[in-house]
Amino acid sequence: MEQLRVFAGSLLSSFRDLLPIILVVAFFQIFVIRQPVPDFGRILAGCGLVIFGLTFFIRGLEQALFPIGESIAYAFARKGNVFWLLLFAFALGFGTTIAEPALTAVTAKAAVIAARDGAIATDKAVMADYALGLRLTVAISVGVAIVIGVFRILRGWPIQYLIMGGYAGVVIMTFFAPQEIIGIAYDSGGVTTSTVTVPLVTALGVGLASSIKGRNPMVDGFGLIAFASLTPIIFVMGYGMII
Amino acid sequence: MDLLQKILDTGLSTITDVLPIVLIIFGFQVLVLRQRVTKLKRVLTGFVYVLIGLTLFLVGLEVALFPVGKLMAQQLTDPDFIKQTAGVLSGSLRWDDYAWVYLFAAAIGFATTVAEPALIAVAIKAQQVSGGAVTVWGLRVAVAVGVAAGIALGAFRIVTGTPLHYYIISGYIVVILQTLYAPRMIVALAYDSGGVTTSTVTVPLVTALGLGLASNIPGRSALIDGFGLIAFASLFPIMTVMGYAQLGEWRARRNLNRQMRLEAAGDSHDE
Repeated sequence: MEQLRVFAGSLLSSFRDLLPIILVVAFFQIFVIRQPVPDFGRILAGCGLVIFGLTFFIRGLEQALFPIGESIAYAFARKGNVFWLLLFAFALGFGTTIAEPALTAVTAKAAVIAARDGAIATDKAVMADYALGLRLTVAISVGVAIVIGVFRILRGWPIQYLIMGGYAGVVIMTFFAPQEIIGIAYDSGGVTTSTVTVPLVTALGVGLASSIKGRNPMVDGFGLIAFASLTPIIFVMGYGMII
Repeated sequence: MDLLQKILDTGLSTITDVLPIVLIIFGFQVLVLRQRVTKLKRVLTGFVYVLIGLTLFLVGLEVALFPVGKLMAQQLTDPDFIKQTAGVLSGSLRWDDYAWVYLFAAAIGFATTVAEPALIAVAIKAQQVSGGAVTVWGLRVAVAVGVAAGIALGAFRIVTGTPLHYYIISGYIVVILQTLYAPRMIVALAYDSGGVTTSTVTVPLVTALGLGLASNIPGRSALIDGFGLIAFASLFPIMTVMGYAQLGEWRARRNLNRQMRLEAAGDSHDE
Protein backbone atom coordinates (compact mmCIF):
# COMPACT_ATOMS: atom_id res chain seq x y z
CA MET A 1 0.00 0.00 0.00
CA GLU A 2 2.76 2.36 1.04
CA GLN A 3 4.78 1.43 -2.04
CA LEU A 4 1.80 2.12 -4.24
CA ARG A 5 1.47 5.57 -2.76
CA VAL A 6 5.14 6.32 -3.35
CA PHE A 7 4.78 5.12 -6.93
CA ALA A 8 1.73 7.30 -7.49
CA GLY A 9 3.66 10.24 -6.08
CA SER A 10 6.55 9.74 -8.51
CA LEU A 11 4.12 9.34 -11.40
CA LEU A 12 2.63 12.68 -10.47
CA SER A 13 6.00 14.38 -10.37
CA SER A 14 6.89 12.87 -13.76
CA PHE A 15 3.65 14.31 -15.08
CA ARG A 16 4.74 17.70 -13.76
CA ASP A 17 8.03 17.31 -15.63
CA LEU A 18 6.19 16.72 -18.87
CA LEU A 19 3.54 19.37 -18.34
CA PRO A 20 5.50 22.32 -19.81
CA ILE A 21 5.93 20.46 -23.11
CA ILE A 22 2.22 19.65 -23.27
CA LEU A 23 1.36 23.28 -22.59
CA VAL A 24 3.75 24.63 -25.22
CA VAL A 25 2.54 22.23 -27.89
CA ALA A 26 -1.12 22.88 -27.02
CA PHE A 27 -0.66 26.65 -27.05
CA PHE A 28 1.04 26.75 -30.43
CA GLN A 29 -1.38 24.27 -31.95
CA ILE A 30 -4.49 26.07 -30.74
CA PHE A 31 -3.51 29.72 -31.03
CA VAL A 32 -0.79 29.95 -33.65
CA ILE A 33 -0.84 27.08 -36.10
CA ARG A 34 -4.59 26.43 -35.78
CA GLN A 35 -4.57 23.08 -37.49
CA PRO A 36 -5.92 19.82 -36.08
CA VAL A 37 -3.32 17.58 -34.48
CA PRO A 38 -3.04 14.32 -36.37
CA ASP A 39 -3.57 11.11 -34.40
CA PHE A 40 -4.48 12.52 -31.03
CA GLY A 41 -4.96 9.15 -29.30
CA ARG A 42 -1.48 8.04 -30.24
CA ILE A 43 -0.02 11.21 -28.79
CA LEU A 44 -1.89 10.65 -25.54
CA ALA A 45 -0.56 7.08 -25.34
CA GLY A 46 2.94 8.38 -26.00
CA CYS A 47 2.67 10.91 -23.19
CA GLY A 48 1.62 8.10 -20.86
CA LEU A 49 4.68 6.10 -21.86
CA VAL A 50 6.96 9.10 -21.27
CA ILE A 51 5.54 9.58 -17.76
CA PHE A 52 5.94 5.90 -16.83
CA GLY A 53 9.39 5.82 -18.38
CA LEU A 54 10.59 8.84 -16.46
CA THR A 55 9.26 7.37 -13.21
CA PHE A 56 11.10 4.06 -13.72
CA PHE A 57 14.26 5.83 -14.79
CA ILE A 58 14.40 8.02 -11.67
CA ARG A 59 13.79 4.94 -9.53
CA GLY A 60 16.65 3.10 -11.24
CA LEU A 61 18.83 6.17 -10.91
CA GLU A 62 18.52 6.18 -7.15
CA GLN A 63 18.74 2.42 -6.84
CA ALA A 64 21.53 1.59 -9.30
CA LEU A 65 23.35 4.42 -11.08
CA PHE A 66 24.01 6.71 -8.10
CA PRO A 67 25.00 4.01 -5.57
CA ILE A 68 27.22 2.12 -8.01
CA GLY A 69 29.02 5.27 -9.15
CA GLU A 70 29.65 6.25 -5.55
CA SER A 71 30.70 2.81 -4.35
CA ILE A 72 33.24 2.57 -7.17
CA ALA A 73 34.57 6.00 -6.25
CA TYR A 74 34.98 4.98 -2.60
CA ALA A 75 36.60 1.68 -3.54
CA PHE A 76 39.17 3.39 -5.78
CA ALA A 77 39.86 6.04 -3.15
CA ARG A 78 40.48 3.31 -0.55
CA LYS A 79 42.67 1.33 -2.87
CA GLY A 80 44.64 4.41 -3.78
CA ASN A 81 45.74 3.10 -7.16
CA VAL A 82 45.69 6.07 -9.52
CA PHE A 83 46.55 4.09 -12.64
CA TRP A 84 43.51 1.82 -12.43
CA LEU A 85 41.25 4.71 -11.53
CA LEU A 86 42.35 6.65 -14.61
CA LEU A 87 42.00 3.57 -16.78
CA PHE A 88 38.47 3.12 -15.46
CA ALA A 89 37.75 6.78 -16.20
CA PHE A 90 38.96 6.38 -19.78
CA ALA A 91 37.01 3.15 -20.30
CA LEU A 92 33.84 4.73 -18.98
CA GLY A 93 34.14 7.78 -21.21
CA PHE A 94 35.15 5.86 -24.34
CA GLY A 95 32.76 2.95 -23.82
CA THR A 96 29.68 5.04 -23.28
CA THR A 97 30.37 7.36 -26.20
CA ILE A 98 31.27 4.96 -28.97
CA ALA A 99 27.80 3.34 -28.80
CA GLU A 100 25.87 6.60 -28.53
CA PRO A 101 23.18 6.72 -31.27
CA ALA A 102 23.05 10.54 -31.39
CA LEU A 103 26.76 10.58 -32.17
CA THR A 104 26.39 8.03 -34.95
CA ALA A 105 23.75 10.24 -36.55
CA VAL A 106 25.87 13.38 -36.34
CA THR A 107 29.01 11.76 -37.74
CA ALA A 108 27.09 10.28 -40.68
CA LYS A 109 25.78 13.76 -41.50
CA ALA A 110 29.27 15.19 -41.13
CA ALA A 111 30.60 12.72 -43.69
CA VAL A 112 27.95 13.90 -46.17
CA ILE A 113 29.02 17.51 -45.69
CA ALA A 114 32.70 16.70 -46.02
CA ALA A 115 32.10 14.75 -49.22
CA ARG A 116 29.99 17.51 -50.72
CA ASP A 117 32.62 20.13 -49.96
CA GLY A 118 35.30 18.00 -51.55
CA ALA A 119 37.27 17.36 -48.36
CA ILE A 120 36.92 13.62 -49.00
CA ALA A 121 35.84 11.56 -52.00
CA THR A 122 32.12 11.02 -52.59
CA ASP A 123 32.48 7.31 -52.19
CA LYS A 124 30.41 5.22 -49.77
CA ALA A 125 33.42 3.42 -48.28
CA VAL A 126 35.42 6.62 -47.88
CA MET A 127 32.49 8.36 -46.23
CA ALA A 128 31.90 5.45 -43.84
CA ASP A 129 35.61 5.54 -42.98
CA TYR A 130 35.42 9.26 -42.32
CA ALA A 131 32.35 8.87 -40.09
CA LEU A 132 33.95 6.03 -38.15
CA GLY A 133 37.14 8.03 -37.70
CA LEU A 134 35.10 10.92 -36.39
CA ARG A 135 33.24 8.65 -33.98
CA LEU A 136 36.48 7.18 -32.66
CA THR A 137 37.90 10.69 -32.30
CA VAL A 138 34.94 11.82 -30.23
CA ALA A 139 34.94 8.66 -28.09
CA ILE A 140 38.67 9.02 -27.38
CA SER A 141 38.18 12.69 -26.57
CA VAL A 142 35.47 11.86 -24.02
CA GLY A 143 37.70 9.20 -22.46
CA VAL A 144 40.50 11.75 -22.20
CA ALA A 145 38.04 14.27 -20.76
CA ILE A 146 36.99 11.98 -17.90
CA VAL A 147 40.65 11.17 -17.22
CA ILE A 148 41.53 14.88 -17.01
CA GLY A 149 38.45 15.55 -14.88
CA VAL A 150 39.22 12.74 -12.43
CA PHE A 151 42.84 13.81 -12.22
CA ARG A 152 41.70 17.35 -11.44
CA ILE A 153 39.56 16.07 -8.57
CA LEU A 154 42.52 14.10 -7.19
CA ARG A 155 44.75 17.16 -7.33
CA GLY A 156 42.09 19.70 -6.36
CA TRP A 157 42.92 22.03 -9.23
CA PRO A 158 40.40 24.84 -9.73
CA ILE A 159 38.24 23.96 -12.70
CA GLN A 160 38.02 27.40 -14.26
CA TYR A 161 41.64 27.55 -15.43
CA LEU A 162 41.37 24.22 -17.20
CA ILE A 163 38.03 25.09 -18.80
CA MET A 164 39.19 28.56 -19.82
CA GLY A 165 42.33 27.05 -21.28
CA GLY A 166 40.10 24.69 -23.21
CA TYR A 167 37.91 27.52 -24.48
CA ALA A 168 40.99 29.45 -25.56
CA GLY A 169 42.05 26.33 -27.46
CA VAL A 170 38.63 26.14 -29.11
CA VAL A 171 38.75 29.80 -30.14
CA ILE A 172 42.25 29.53 -31.59
CA MET A 173 41.46 26.33 -33.46
CA THR A 174 38.28 27.84 -34.90
CA PHE A 175 40.45 30.15 -37.00
CA PHE A 176 42.47 27.31 -38.48
CA ALA A 177 39.92 24.52 -38.81
CA PRO A 178 38.15 23.98 -42.15
CA GLN A 179 34.88 25.90 -42.28
CA GLU A 180 32.56 22.91 -42.71
CA ILE A 181 33.76 21.12 -39.59
CA ILE A 182 33.15 24.00 -37.14
CA GLY A 183 29.39 23.60 -36.68
CA ILE A 184 29.73 19.85 -36.30
CA ALA A 185 32.58 20.26 -33.84
CA TYR A 186 30.59 22.65 -31.65
CA ASP A 187 27.58 20.34 -31.75
CA SER A 188 29.54 17.18 -31.02
CA GLY A 189 30.33 18.57 -27.57
CA GLY A 190 26.62 18.49 -26.84
CA VAL A 191 25.71 15.05 -28.10
CA THR A 192 28.29 13.06 -26.19
CA THR A 193 26.71 12.98 -22.78
CA SER A 194 23.98 10.39 -22.64
CA THR A 195 21.25 9.90 -20.08
CA VAL A 196 22.93 6.89 -18.48
CA THR A 197 26.44 8.33 -18.47
CA VAL A 198 25.59 11.62 -16.79
CA PRO A 199 24.28 10.21 -13.47
CA LEU A 200 27.09 7.64 -13.29
CA VAL A 201 29.85 10.14 -13.99
CA THR A 202 28.33 12.70 -11.62
CA ALA A 203 28.11 10.13 -8.82
CA LEU A 204 31.71 9.10 -9.52
CA GLY A 205 32.98 12.67 -9.29
CA VAL A 206 31.01 13.57 -6.20
CA GLY A 207 31.95 10.26 -4.57
CA LEU A 208 35.66 10.83 -5.24
CA ALA A 209 35.54 14.39 -3.97
CA SER A 210 33.78 13.38 -0.77
CA SER A 211 36.11 10.48 0.00
CA ILE A 212 39.37 12.36 -0.57
CA LYS A 213 40.48 14.49 2.32
CA GLY A 214 40.53 18.21 1.65
CA ARG A 215 38.17 18.07 -1.33
CA ASN A 216 34.76 19.65 -1.26
CA PRO A 217 32.14 17.64 -3.20
CA MET A 218 30.38 20.79 -4.38
CA VAL A 219 33.50 22.65 -5.55
CA ASP A 220 35.51 19.66 -6.77
CA GLY A 221 32.98 16.91 -7.40
CA PHE A 222 31.18 18.37 -10.39
CA GLY A 223 32.84 19.25 -13.66
CA LEU A 224 33.41 15.88 -15.31
CA ILE A 225 30.56 16.49 -17.77
CA ALA A 226 32.00 19.91 -18.55
CA PHE A 227 35.25 18.33 -19.76
CA ALA A 228 33.29 15.74 -21.71
CA SER A 229 31.54 18.48 -23.65
CA LEU A 230 34.68 20.53 -24.23
CA THR A 231 37.31 18.06 -25.48
CA PRO A 232 35.22 16.72 -28.39
CA ILE A 233 35.12 20.25 -29.90
CA ILE A 234 38.91 20.46 -29.84
CA PHE A 235 39.47 16.89 -31.03
CA VAL A 236 36.92 17.11 -33.87
CA MET A 237 38.43 20.35 -35.19
CA GLY A 238 41.81 18.66 -34.98
CA TYR A 239 40.41 15.73 -36.96
CA GLY A 240 39.08 18.12 -39.58
CA MET A 241 42.48 19.78 -39.88
CA ILE A 242 44.38 16.53 -40.28
CA ILE A 243 42.05 14.84 -42.80
CA MET B 1 0.42 -3.62 -32.29
CA ASP B 2 3.18 -1.63 -33.90
CA LEU B 3 3.58 0.15 -30.58
CA LEU B 4 4.57 -3.14 -28.96
CA GLN B 5 7.00 -3.80 -31.80
CA LYS B 6 8.50 -0.36 -31.24
CA ILE B 7 8.88 -0.98 -27.52
CA LEU B 8 10.69 -4.27 -28.22
CA ASP B 9 13.00 -2.67 -30.80
CA THR B 10 13.83 0.29 -28.62
CA GLY B 11 14.29 -1.99 -25.62
CA LEU B 12 16.83 -4.01 -27.57
CA SER B 13 18.79 -0.97 -28.68
CA THR B 14 18.69 0.43 -25.14
CA ILE B 15 20.19 -2.82 -23.89
CA THR B 16 23.04 -2.63 -26.40
CA ASP B 17 23.49 0.97 -25.31
CA VAL B 18 23.66 0.22 -21.59
CA LEU B 19 25.53 -3.08 -21.90
CA PRO B 20 29.03 -1.61 -22.40
CA ILE B 21 28.52 0.52 -19.30
CA VAL B 22 27.41 -2.45 -17.22
CA LEU B 23 30.31 -4.55 -18.51
CA ILE B 24 32.88 -1.86 -17.69
CA ILE B 25 31.47 -1.36 -14.20
CA PHE B 26 31.21 -5.02 -13.25
CA GLY B 27 34.47 -5.84 -15.00
CA PHE B 28 36.32 -3.34 -12.85
CA GLN B 29 34.42 -4.42 -9.74
CA VAL B 30 35.42 -8.05 -10.16
CA LEU B 31 38.85 -7.87 -11.82
CA VAL B 32 40.39 -4.71 -10.41
CA LEU B 33 38.63 -3.75 -7.23
CA ARG B 34 37.96 -7.38 -6.35
CA GLN B 35 34.97 -6.56 -4.24
CA ARG B 36 31.40 -7.70 -4.19
CA VAL B 37 28.75 -5.24 -5.15
CA THR B 38 26.84 -4.31 -2.04
CA LYS B 39 23.13 -5.06 -2.31
CA LEU B 40 23.70 -6.70 -5.68
CA LYS B 41 20.07 -7.65 -6.12
CA ARG B 42 18.89 -4.11 -5.48
CA VAL B 43 21.43 -2.68 -7.93
CA LEU B 44 20.50 -5.19 -10.61
CA THR B 45 16.79 -4.44 -10.30
CA GLY B 46 17.79 -0.78 -10.43
CA PHE B 47 19.50 -1.36 -13.77
CA VAL B 48 16.39 -3.13 -15.00
CA TYR B 49 14.37 -0.09 -13.95
CA VAL B 50 16.76 2.14 -15.89
CA LEU B 51 16.32 -0.06 -18.96
CA ILE B 52 12.53 -0.14 -18.71
CA GLY B 53 12.38 3.56 -17.94
CA LEU B 54 14.61 4.64 -20.81
CA THR B 55 12.82 2.37 -23.25
CA LEU B 56 9.31 3.60 -22.39
CA PHE B 57 10.58 7.17 -22.30
CA LEU B 58 12.18 6.95 -25.74
CA VAL B 59 9.22 5.18 -27.32
CA GLY B 60 6.85 7.73 -25.81
CA LEU B 61 8.93 10.58 -27.19
CA GLU B 62 9.05 8.97 -30.60
CA VAL B 63 5.33 8.30 -30.70
CA ALA B 64 4.02 11.51 -29.20
CA LEU B 65 6.47 14.29 -29.03
CA PHE B 66 8.89 14.13 -31.91
CA PRO B 67 6.32 13.91 -34.74
CA VAL B 68 4.29 16.80 -33.33
CA GLY B 69 7.35 18.87 -32.52
CA LYS B 70 8.89 18.31 -35.92
CA LEU B 71 5.62 19.04 -37.67
CA MET B 72 5.26 22.24 -35.69
CA ALA B 73 8.80 23.28 -36.48
CA GLN B 74 8.06 22.77 -40.18
CA GLN B 75 4.76 24.61 -40.05
CA LEU B 76 6.17 27.55 -38.14
CA THR B 77 9.16 27.97 -40.43
CA ASP B 78 7.08 27.62 -43.60
CA PRO B 79 7.49 30.90 -45.58
CA ASP B 80 3.76 31.05 -46.37
CA PHE B 81 2.85 30.81 -42.71
CA ILE B 82 5.35 33.48 -41.76
CA LYS B 83 4.16 35.86 -44.49
CA GLN B 84 0.61 35.35 -43.31
CA THR B 85 1.27 35.98 -39.61
CA ALA B 86 3.63 38.87 -40.24
CA GLY B 87 1.21 40.48 -42.67
CA VAL B 88 3.80 40.62 -45.41
CA LEU B 89 2.10 40.37 -48.79
CA SER B 90 5.06 40.49 -51.09
CA GLY B 91 8.78 40.95 -51.05
CA SER B 92 11.31 39.26 -48.85
CA LEU B 93 11.01 38.60 -45.16
CA ARG B 94 12.96 40.49 -42.55
CA TRP B 95 14.38 39.00 -39.38
CA ASP B 96 11.60 40.43 -37.20
CA ASP B 97 8.91 38.66 -39.22
CA TYR B 98 9.98 35.46 -37.50
CA ALA B 99 8.68 36.43 -34.05
CA TRP B 100 6.63 33.23 -33.60
CA VAL B 101 9.65 31.15 -34.49
CA TYR B 102 11.78 32.78 -31.78
CA LEU B 103 8.97 32.39 -29.25
CA PHE B 104 8.50 28.74 -30.19
CA ALA B 105 12.26 28.15 -30.01
CA ALA B 106 12.42 29.62 -26.51
CA ALA B 107 9.29 27.84 -25.26
CA ILE B 108 10.23 24.42 -26.60
CA GLY B 109 13.81 24.86 -25.34
CA PHE B 110 12.52 25.61 -21.86
CA ALA B 111 9.94 22.83 -21.81
CA THR B 112 12.17 20.05 -23.14
CA THR B 113 14.95 20.96 -20.72
CA VAL B 114 12.61 20.62 -17.74
CA ALA B 115 11.80 17.06 -18.88
CA GLU B 116 15.44 16.09 -19.51
CA PRO B 117 16.24 13.06 -17.30
CA ALA B 118 20.00 13.66 -17.15
CA LEU B 119 19.39 17.16 -15.80
CA ILE B 120 17.01 15.79 -13.15
CA ALA B 121 19.81 13.43 -12.07
CA VAL B 122 22.39 16.20 -11.76
CA ALA B 123 19.89 18.45 -9.94
CA ILE B 124 19.12 15.73 -7.38
CA LYS B 125 22.84 15.27 -6.71
CA ALA B 126 23.43 19.02 -6.52
CA GLN B 127 20.69 19.48 -3.95
CA GLN B 128 22.09 16.62 -1.84
CA VAL B 129 25.66 17.84 -2.00
CA SER B 130 24.97 21.54 -1.52
CA GLY B 131 22.80 20.87 1.51
CA GLY B 132 19.87 22.61 -0.14
CA ALA B 133 21.71 25.78 -1.22
CA VAL B 134 20.99 24.65 -4.77
CA THR B 135 17.48 23.23 -5.12
CA VAL B 136 16.35 20.68 -7.71
CA TRP B 137 13.79 23.05 -9.20
CA GLY B 138 15.98 26.13 -8.92
CA LEU B 139 18.72 24.50 -10.94
CA ARG B 140 16.35 23.02 -13.50
CA VAL B 141 14.58 26.32 -14.10
CA ALA B 142 17.89 28.18 -14.31
CA VAL B 143 19.16 25.74 -16.93
CA ALA B 144 15.85 25.79 -18.82
CA VAL B 145 15.91 29.59 -19.02
CA GLY B 146 19.43 29.36 -20.40
CA VAL B 147 18.44 26.84 -23.06
CA ALA B 148 15.40 28.95 -23.99
CA ALA B 149 17.53 32.06 -24.49
CA GLY B 150 20.19 30.10 -26.33
CA ILE B 151 17.86 28.44 -28.81
CA ALA B 152 15.94 31.65 -29.50
CA LEU B 153 19.22 33.42 -30.23
CA GLY B 154 20.38 30.47 -32.30
CA ALA B 155 17.21 30.70 -34.40
CA PHE B 156 17.87 34.41 -34.85
CA ARG B 157 21.37 33.58 -36.03
CA ILE B 158 20.07 31.17 -38.65
CA VAL B 159 17.54 33.74 -39.87
CA THR B 160 20.12 36.51 -40.14
CA GLY B 161 22.90 34.23 -41.33
CA THR B 162 25.62 35.69 -39.11
CA PRO B 163 28.64 33.46 -38.45
CA LEU B 164 28.27 30.99 -35.58
CA HIS B 165 31.67 31.52 -34.04
CA TYR B 166 31.09 35.24 -33.33
CA TYR B 167 28.26 34.28 -30.99
CA ILE B 168 30.02 31.36 -29.39
CA ILE B 169 33.24 33.27 -28.80
CA SER B 170 31.44 36.26 -27.25
CA GLY B 171 29.47 33.80 -25.12
CA TYR B 172 32.73 32.29 -23.88
CA ILE B 173 33.98 35.75 -22.94
CA VAL B 174 30.84 36.40 -20.87
CA VAL B 175 31.27 33.01 -19.19
CA ILE B 176 34.88 33.81 -18.33
CA LEU B 177 33.97 37.20 -16.85
CA GLN B 178 31.13 35.67 -14.84
CA THR B 179 33.42 32.93 -13.54
CA LEU B 180 35.58 35.58 -11.92
CA TYR B 181 32.68 36.93 -9.88
CA ALA B 182 30.38 33.94 -9.29
CA PRO B 183 30.44 32.04 -5.96
CA ARG B 184 33.12 29.36 -6.13
CA MET B 185 30.82 26.49 -5.28
CA ILE B 186 28.65 26.97 -8.37
CA VAL B 187 31.38 27.14 -11.04
CA ALA B 188 31.87 23.42 -11.69
CA LEU B 189 28.14 22.73 -11.55
CA ALA B 190 27.45 25.56 -13.98
CA TYR B 191 29.99 24.20 -16.47
CA ASP B 192 28.39 20.77 -16.11
CA SER B 193 24.90 22.01 -16.80
CA GLY B 194 26.03 23.10 -20.24
CA GLY B 195 26.64 19.52 -21.26
CA VAL B 196 23.71 17.97 -19.46
CA THR B 197 20.98 19.97 -21.15
CA THR B 198 21.36 18.48 -24.52
CA SER B 199 20.51 14.84 -24.54
CA THR B 200 17.43 12.77 -25.24
CA VAL B 201 14.57 15.23 -25.39
CA THR B 202 16.08 18.48 -26.55
CA VAL B 203 18.39 17.45 -29.38
CA PRO B 204 15.90 15.92 -31.86
CA LEU B 205 13.38 18.75 -31.55
CA VAL B 206 15.98 21.48 -31.72
CA THR B 207 17.67 19.85 -34.68
CA ALA B 208 14.30 19.70 -36.47
CA LEU B 209 13.80 23.39 -35.83
CA GLY B 210 17.26 24.26 -37.11
CA LEU B 211 16.87 22.17 -40.24
CA GLY B 212 13.39 23.57 -40.88
CA LEU B 213 14.65 27.12 -40.62
CA ALA B 214 17.77 26.57 -42.66
CA SER B 215 15.99 24.80 -45.50
CA ASN B 216 13.21 27.40 -45.77
CA ILE B 217 15.27 30.55 -45.77
CA PRO B 218 16.86 31.45 -49.09
CA GLY B 219 20.62 31.40 -49.01
CA ARG B 220 20.93 29.06 -46.01
CA SER B 221 22.21 25.55 -46.28
CA ALA B 222 20.49 22.94 -44.14
CA LEU B 223 23.75 21.07 -43.87
CA ILE B 224 25.87 23.97 -42.64
CA ASP B 225 23.46 26.38 -40.96
CA GLY B 226 21.26 23.67 -39.46
CA PHE B 227 24.08 22.81 -37.09
CA GLY B 228 25.04 25.03 -34.21
CA LEU B 229 21.77 25.28 -32.27
CA ILE B 230 22.99 22.61 -29.86
CA ALA B 231 26.09 24.69 -29.24
CA PHE B 232 23.89 27.61 -28.17
CA ALA B 233 21.87 25.30 -25.96
CA SER B 234 24.99 24.17 -24.14
CA LEU B 235 26.57 27.60 -23.77
CA PHE B 236 23.76 29.71 -22.33
CA PRO B 237 22.85 27.53 -19.32
CA ILE B 238 26.39 28.09 -18.00
CA MET B 239 25.59 31.80 -17.78
CA THR B 240 22.13 31.38 -16.27
CA VAL B 241 23.27 28.86 -13.64
CA MET B 242 26.07 31.17 -12.52
CA GLY B 243 23.53 34.00 -12.60
CA TYR B 244 21.20 31.90 -10.43
CA ALA B 245 23.92 31.51 -7.80
CA GLN B 246 24.87 35.18 -8.05
CA LEU B 247 21.24 36.14 -7.55
CA GLY B 248 20.97 33.86 -4.50
CA GLU B 249 24.13 35.35 -3.04
CA TRP B 250 22.92 38.89 -3.68
CA ARG B 251 19.58 38.20 -2.04
CA ALA B 252 21.22 36.60 0.99
CA ARG B 253 23.48 39.64 1.34
CA ARG B 254 20.56 42.04 1.01
CA ASN B 255 18.58 40.16 3.66
CA LEU B 256 21.58 40.22 5.97
CA ASN B 257 22.00 43.95 5.46
CA ARG B 258 18.33 44.57 6.09
CA GLN B 259 18.43 42.45 9.22
CA MET B 260 21.46 44.32 10.48
CA ARG B 261 19.77 47.64 9.79
CA LEU B 262 16.63 46.47 11.56
CA GLU B 263 18.65 45.33 14.53
CA ALA B 264 20.56 48.59 14.60
CA ALA B 265 17.28 50.50 14.47
CA GLY B 266 15.87 48.31 17.25
CA ASP B 267 18.95 48.95 19.36
CA SER B 268 18.75 52.71 18.95
CA HIS B 269 15.07 52.53 19.79
CA ASP B 270 15.82 50.74 23.03
CA GLU B 271 18.13 53.46 24.26
